[in-house]
Amino acid sequence: MNETPRLVQVRQRILKQNDLVAHALRERFQRRGIFVVSLVSSPGSGKTAFLESMLASLRRRYRVAALVGDLATDNDAQRLARSGAPARQIITGTVCHLEAPMVEAAFEEWREEPLDFLFIENVGNLVCPATFDLGEALRLVLFSVTEGEDKPLKYPTIFNTADVAIITKLDLAAAVEFDAVAAHRNIQAVRPGMEIFEVSTKTGEGMETWFSFVTARRDRTPGFLTV
Amino acid sequence: MHELSIAMSLLDVAAEELERQGGGRVVAIYMKLGPLSGVVKQALCSAYELAREGSGMDDAELVVEEVPIVAMCGPCGGSRSIASVMELVCPDCGTPTPDVIHGRELELVGLEIAES
Repeated sequence: MNETPRLVQVRQRILKQNDLVAHALRERFQRRGIFVVSLVSSPGSGKTAFLESMLASLRRRYRVAALVGDLATDNDAQRLARSGAPARQIITGTVCHLEAPMVEAAFEEWREEPLDFLFIENVGNLVCPATFDLGEALRLVLFSVTEGEDKPLKYPTIFNTADVAIITKLDLAAAVEFDAVAAHRNIQAVRPGMEIFEVSTKTGEGMETWFSFVTARRDRTPGFLTV
Repeated sequence: MHELSIAMSLLDVAAEELERQGGGRVVAIYMKLGPLSGVVKQALCSAYELAREGSGMDDAELVVEEVPIVAMCGPCGGSRSIASVMELVCPDCGTPTPDVIHGRELELVGLEIAES
């Protein structure tokens, strides 16, 4: 007996399990009026400082909370909690990125919590987080002036899957001879039309412009109430 | 290295599909991979070698078809293949092409199944 194998055509997303959870989360966040912003970047580009500054400022008008992913330690959650906003750590162990079920599990504790914004800080990594939908409304990719203008060309996929680019540590731009024109050109090459913000959490430069943008995006979302 | 968890998801999705097809022995798994999926073919293939051991699909060969980025070009009024992930512009007129139609694929597209 030697039958020829049969070929079956199928069409299935390999990450459909993650995508199903992400889709359900997105619907749930939308229903509850929670605008979810995720942050991706390489380690040390200033995600936590940026988030600290955002939590401190936005919580004057909005109910905000943050989830933060790291391989180990809850240092970042402790740091963020000092802003007064609720913050929870997701310890991923050996996993180098967040997946939708991790967000779902971590959010469980806040299931009844009235919130306007939820921020999700991904593990510092410019590769793996690109592949996983977390149910966010807006994905930010951050990179600091010290990392070099060609970062977008080296990691095109993460820039392509993000909605907004944030250039951080602007206060160091002169010291490292940061070429803003080249950085903008490189971002536009891998993600045409991407919105770009340049900020310094140290001096506060550019932060107000960013806050106006993100709060307007939330308040303009159909079904969300203006605070 | 997220390729291992992706290889495991691939095997899960393939097992589910096999059951739907009434079972058998999977000889080959066919998938499509786009440059914007965030997954590297070589890394995925190595991870797959590890993941398939003891999965019940130990003999299944993984066949990866890499598909190009295809985007809509407004001025040209049609879809165009984009040469580089580092520059999303129309190869004919040079207009930036944010509207990506293909290139994010991370899909199971076929199973080759033997009776036993």
